[in-house]
Amino acid sequence: MEATGFDAWLLSLIVFLPALGALVMLVIPGRREEVHKLIALVASAAALGLTIYLLTIYDYDAGGGLQFVVDESWIDVINSRYIVGVDGLSLPLLALSTAIIPLCVIYSWNHVPEPGNAKAFLVLMLILSTGMNGTFMAQDLILFFVFFEIVLLPMYFMIGVWGGENSKYASIKFFLFTLFGSALMILSFLALFFLVESPETGEALRTFDMRQLTDVAGAGLSRAAALWIFAGMFIGFGIKVPIFPFHTWLPDAHTEAPTVGSVILAAILLKLGTYGFVRIAIPMLPEAAEEWAPWIGLLAVIGIIYGALACLAQTDMKRLIAFSSVAHMGFVMLGIATLTSFGINAAVFGMVAHGLITGMLFFVAGSVKERYHTLEIAQLGGILKQAPRLGWILGLAAMASLGLPGLAGFWGEFPAILASYNPAEGLPVETFRTYMVIAAIGTVFAAGYLLWLYQRTAFGEPTDRFAGEKINDVVPTEWIAWTPMLIGIVALGIYPNLIFKITDDTVSSIATEVAAAVGG
Amino acid sequence: MDLEFVRPLLDWHAIAPEVVLTGVLLVVLTLDLVDGERFRPLMPTIAGIGLLATLIPLLTLALDGTTRELFGGAYVVDDFALVLKALFVIVGYVVVLLSVDYIRDGDYYENEYYTLLLSSLLGMVIMGSSRDLVTMFIALELLSIPAYMLAAWRKGGWRSNEAGMKYYLMGVFATAVMLYGMSFVFGVGGSTVFTDIAEAMSGPETTALITVGILFTIVGFAFKVSAVPFHTWAPDTYEGAPTPVTAFLSVGSKAAGFVALLQLVFVAFAGREDVIEPLFWILSAVTMTVGNLIALRQTNVVRMLAYSSVAQGGFMLAPFAVAGAPGQLAVESVVIYLIIYAFMNLGAFAVVLAVARKTRSGDIASYGGLINYAPGMAAAMTVFLFALAGIPPLAGWFAKFAVFRAVIDAGTVAGYTLGVLIAVNSVIALVYYANVAKEMWFNPVPDGDETPIPVTGSLGFAIGLTALATVVFGIVPGVIGHFSEISVLASPL
Repeated sequence: MEATGFDAWLLSLIVFLPALGALVMLVIPGRREEVHKLIALVASAAALGLTIYLLTIYDYDAGGGLQFVVDESWIDVINSRYIVGVDGLSLPLLALSTAIIPLCVIYSWNHVPEPGNAKAFLVLMLILSTGMNGTFMAQDLILFFVFFEIVLLPMYFMIGVWGGENSKYASIKFFLFTLFGSALMILSFLALFFLVESPETGEALRTFDMRQLTDVAGAGLSRAAALWIFAGMFIGFGIKVPIFPFHTWLPDAHTEAPTVGSVILAAILLKLGTYGFVRIAIPMLPEAAEEWAPWIGLLAVIGIIYGALACLAQTDMKRLIAFSSVAHMGFVMLGIATLTSFGINAAVFGMVAHGLITGMLFFVAGSVKERYHTLEIAQLGGILKQAPRLGWILGLAAMASLGLPGLAGFWGEFPAILASYNPAEGLPVETFRTYMVIAAIGTVFAAGYLLWLYQRTAFGEPTDRFAGEKINDVVPTEWIAWTPMLIGIVALGIYPNLIFKITDDTVSSIATEVAAAVGG
Repeated sequence: MDLEFVRPLLDWHAIAPEVVLTGVLLVVLTLDLVDGERFRPLMPTIAGIGLLATLIPLLTLALDGTTRELFGGAYVVDDFALVLKALFVIVGYVVVLLSVDYIRDGDYYENEYYTLLLSSLLGMVIMGSSRDLVTMFIALELLSIPAYMLAAWRKGGWRSNEAGMKYYLMGVFATAVMLYGMSFVFGVGGSTVFTDIAEAMSGPETTALITVGILFTIVGFAFKVSAVPFHTWAPDTYEGAPTPVTAFLSVGSKAAGFVALLQLVFVAFAGREDVIEPLFWILSAVTMTVGNLIALRQTNVVRMLAYSSVAQGGFMLAPFAVAGAPGQLAVESVVIYLIIYAFMNLGAFAVVLAVARKTRSGDIASYGGLINYAPGMAAAMTVFLFALAGIPPLAGWFAKFAVFRAVIDAGTVAGYTLGVLIAVNSVIALVYYANVAKEMWFNPVPDGDETPIPVTGSLGFAIGLTALATVVFGIVPGVIGHFSEISVLASPL
């Protein structure tokens, strides 16, 4: 459905308004911090406002196809076009992405991390926003690639400049891992461009148009070619997710990044990888996806168990949350690996839920660090006594993270486990049922490490080091930044249909196409 | 036999750019002779304006759009030639901008510098059109000999003398090898014109004579583009030469080498992929890997850029390894790469020059904390470095993408493996580019001296121009794609 009038501009505005804000900020001298904060807030809030408007006019009964499509020429010489559009898969993630950024700007209002320079910090945040929003709506592989990559530089600098002691190492590690993945990813995209054939004429399609490539679902590829191309994408997206064993950059990056950087990384950047699987790798190469699925499932459950065990061994709160991300993204990948509508729906829900919950946990961790100047779990204790509201918020986020029914986390994990009882036709049922059992054990571990974390940090008496100190409770900017996320966690937990209703049509059509391609 | 000389018919419009450039050269030379002292301050201005004036006939020729052949096909003015001539002239213009202060403030011969720079540029402009062994040789010598002298321009410093000497000896040696190869090619082809050579050489079977001829001719130019293992002169020469000259060599001279290679491979040796492809596969793979690995260990920014330019050359050599692919994307991708590389590399050198005006040092460590006292300079350098690394949305990504596209299009195992090799090498390259960025952004100022950098107008303009090009080409790469869609070299048979 092509968009007309203002609607045709809507998506592009959501992508480029933050970038425009960044440009304006670049020409204003850095001394005037308040102005910069205001511009950043206005630009990101405008993108959020437009997204809310988009949510109100989006046609939820249209069967899950793309809406608000814009198709303009971009790089003619390589036959790549500026195509954007949203469907049930992109919409929740786009909403998440546009919502998190203004909240991060608000949180940064009084929390610009060392060594200061609010201007540069906020400019980077806005560029990140452009890259992420664009990735979720790009419908051309090259456009997708460019947006996917735009986030690298700002995140590199964010970790490197504003990060902790080891930030130089962490930032380059993050950059190198992701770049390696994306270099292989672009090779895969090119191979698709040259090798995929139109089923009617048998000629090479030579297009980067994701709609067309999804329609033909890898026609004309030999089995070996499809498997190799999928492997390239698997590494590209898998590093971003991150799937075990490509996850090693994540704990470092998360631990060293400034609070806002960790939040954005956990809440949105990781989703670029899982989104890539659902949007590109699986529908465009369904047959290869089917052959790869058991291996993806295996790595996913290894991630779940490994992440959980690693959590139990952590002494640093932020590092523990980072490893919990590895475990949670394992559930998402397991849902995707089932290749069923049920599993992928759960995965998309899991992405949003993980975004809100882990984002929230990192916010709390940042505020704890700011108050106690340490995240060593052994040094903390009695947060509930010293800063009760902060303690309760940590408790809520931890409960949500371990998958307590009634909070958002539950609806990402539980259906994903359930889906692996009955994976898509053609997948080895016993294997997936084994995965199911392992993943279920993983949830027990999750309860273990999160409750243990909570118990050690929030319960009891403050440690001797902080015994007499007065610790500030939650301050207004934190309330403003956190309340929407807390509401989101509870609301999605009580009424998960908020997301499932949007995603279901699109996801079902993907799953049906995969089933058709594999069966036929 | 009638030996009467027949004056060839000259198409003055076709050679107008060369005529204008020669005119400027003569003006500079004459003014120097008349009163060198008085005209000294005017020289860079005259050279710069002269170069911009050279763009005018290039533009009229482009608008005219017809392919013009002179001297029986030995000199061809087509879209390919025009795009590259324009590139050379713009590169020359930026180099003049970079040179103004450097040459004036140092203890240098000034007038002669611009004379030699223009001569070398003239050679490059001629190279763009040469489809004949003799013309190509003359163009090569015209661009090389002034460059040998320019490399040694810092006459007091032994490093600069070493630079010039090394460059000269290696260059002459390479030329000798190349001439030997050309003589074989001429022996087989019976003509010096490329199209005739192609006709004679493309048969079902290759002979030892053909193979050796091709090999030696290519090796000659492999020195010029500093392909490994013929790169050994490059780092020393780059480090020793005056920095604007280094910028000129690493961009202009290298591009000229690639233009020659393109014409040789895709016109003269068009039917001989069986020799060309394996040769270039090896050259490309070795060049990018070795260049990258050595660049990792550099502590001097110019040496780092020197090895990085070796590695970038490896990326540009990759499309030659699939020269026989039916898609004809190889030429296009090399031209795209050359254009983008010119801007990002010149920009990086411009910042190096500007920073050196304050720090008087080329150590990467001296870039510590640049963001604190020269944010604009640090931002520009960041743009250039990550463009060189190929990170979207900066122009370098499209250059790499074009190369990927060419090698994947071939659809052969050789093409795919080279693609993966380029991917791995891009990741290695990021380490040393990001290392400089790390110094600028993450590290403190080494000596605590935070006085701002004195940026002069011409240098600032050069940085602005190249940075703008690097960003714009990255966001709307269609702009270049338009120029590079050139079918010229396609199938001369």
